[in-house]
Amino acid sequence: MQMCLTETERVLSTEMENVGVLMTCSMSAYLERELEKRFKLFRLWESNSKAQFLAGFGESIRAVVGDTKVGADAELIDALPRLEVVASYSVGLDKIDLNKCRERGIRVTNTPDVLTDDVADVAIGLALATLRKICNADAFVRSGQWRNGDFELANKFSGKSIGIVGLGRIGTAIAKRAEAFGCSISYHSRTKKQNTNYKYYSNAVDLAANCEVLVVACALTNETRHIVNQEVIDALGPKGILINIGRGPLIDEPKLISALREGRLAGAGLDVFENEPDINESFFGLQNVVLLPHVGTDTVETSKAMADLVVANLELHFLKKPLLTPVV
Amino acid sequence: MAGAANQHQTPESPPLLLLHRFPSFNLYFLPFLQTKYTVLDPFADPPDPSFPTLSKSARVMLCFGPTPVTSEDLDRYPSVEYVLGTSAGINNFDLAACRRRGIRVTSAGDAYSDDVADYAVGLTIDVLRRVSAADRFVRAGSWPVQNEYTLGSKVSGKRVGIVGLGSIGSRVAKRFEAFGCSIAYNSRKQKPHVTYTYHANVKDLASDVDVLIVCCALTNETHRIINKDVMTALGKMGVIVNVGRGALIDEKELVELLVRGEIGGAGLDVFENEPHVPEPLLTLDNVVLSPHKAVLTPDSFAALEELVRSNLEAFFSNQPLRAEVELN
Repeated sequence: MQMCLTETERVLSTEMENVGVLMTCSMSAYLERELEKRFKLFRLWESNSKAQFLAGFGESIRAVVGDTKVGADAELIDALPRLEVVASYSVGLDKIDLNKCRERGIRVTNTPDVLTDDVADVAIGLALATLRKICNADAFVRSGQWRNGDFELANKFSGKSIGIVGLGRIGTAIAKRAEAFGCSISYHSRTKKQNTNYKYYSNAVDLAANCEVLVVACALTNETRHIVNQEVIDALGPKGILINIGRGPLIDEPKLISALREGRLAGAGLDVFENEPDINESFFGLQNVVLLPHVGTDTVETSKAMADLVVANLELHFLKKPLLTPVV
Repeated sequence: MAGAANQHQTPESPPLLLLHRFPSFNLYFLPFLQTKYTVLDPFADPPDPSFPTLSKSARVMLCFGPTPVTSEDLDRYPSVEYVLGTSAGINNFDLAACRRRGIRVTSAGDAYSDDVADYAVGLTIDVLRRVSAADRFVRAGSWPVQNEYTLGSKVSGKRVGIVGLGSIGSRVAKRFEAFGCSIAYNSRKQKPHVTYTYHANVKDLASDVDVLIVCCALTNETHRIINKDVMTALGKMGVIVNVGRGALIDEKELVELLVRGEIGGAGLDVFENEPHVPEPLLTLDNVVLSPHKAVLTPDSFAALEELVRSNLEAFFSNQPLRAEVELN
């Protein structure tokens, strides 16, 4: 990132080399390299004992870089007395103790906008793959079954009614894409959005009862945990399709699995699960579900953009300049 | 009413409708047609003793799917004035022979276009974001072991090139526009009211795009229109999606380029010699394979049924036909 630096900034810039930055887990080789060029990088996952590491180096850490797997919980924050900023390699903040950060005056940044398109693309890709049975058909061909007969009928996507839980940046991007397929859009959000013509439902059950494809695109908070519960699944019904690109705990997973197994829900496309990466093995026996290993933002282009944003936010913080994408 | 009078036919008999099909091909709405027409089936079981004579008086032939209609077939059924196809493609008809005999031809027209366009987009997202490959990865139990999955390539913003901007191609374009993709195309002729970039030949189109969607009709001119030059012009990161006909692509060349990594990936619903799929493709992760099922939804079949019923009525009451193929 090119910046014209004042003398003060040049000094701060040089001092950055000594700033201790703790990366919580292996999330991006590129990000590691870029952080290493600028800061003193510590890799939490390489130490044999987290407790030992924190006891030895906790005082040196002024920044934490976390992601959707390992963030910054109260325990970690408490062990870092000089922590000034947490930069998350994600847009989701559910792995960061935001209240603790506010208490301590610790800044928090995330990576919104740069990943919106990728996640929306996967949501539509999952809906198409689930309804049109693309993965099943691919397996059908690879196993040689096509020689014995045609594949079964699948279901049309164009014109389906889409219900979106959480009409934020990602939800809006999903809606825009679905509209090009002639789909009608409705949504449920904490509050009704003023700048949209999509039909609003004040609760998830009503939304589910009035759509054919339910897409979960909201943030995971205490309020939204299990927002897709048994009632919502029942309302969506035996012809309904559920797509989740938010967080696993947004759905009551055992209820989802039963519904899929018993045909009370037609299908599901899931990029996220309650227990990643050791997901519930019951999913493996189901043919009416598409399973992705949390790849919503995993493209070459977006991974780099996210990493660049993390680095930029950290640099700006230590240059005492305004942050690009602060949350706290 | 019925055409030429025949000793087996009275003026009150329902009009003759001659079926033309491979033995294994069926039409689910045949029972309905049997209530309104005297259906002549070459593969009736038990065989219809009146078929050899009556078939010579039939004015209308209903051709199932890709069953070829040759000059010899038309010689065998000399009273045929109208051939109804049930595919969007008409490459299985000897159109010159139809023209010579003054026979009218209709196809499935737009009946399948939404579903095929949806499928083309679904295949593209699958190839670029590795949906089917990732689903296999998860089902194999590899996620906990390998922890990370290979990065995909961003769909939004890609340059999309459409070969054949017809009923299907124009719908594909509209969908990709909502992903922020730029659209370019090649067609026999430039379309007057279209703002997409036109390329007079497919090679130029290929060199200007990241994704090539093949959805044109198969004719003598378009046979192997996607050849080695075109695929090389598309480049190492390029992706090809084919929802047209297998013979539009030089399949042997495509396979070699994929195996050597000289092309980024492919999504294929059609092949040169279905149901045979080239062996080397069966183990590639950057390829999505599909058993010619882009039209296999109840909605497409319902649309086809409506079109066939309406065209039959129209023919027998001298009304204009829909989806008529221009033979001149």
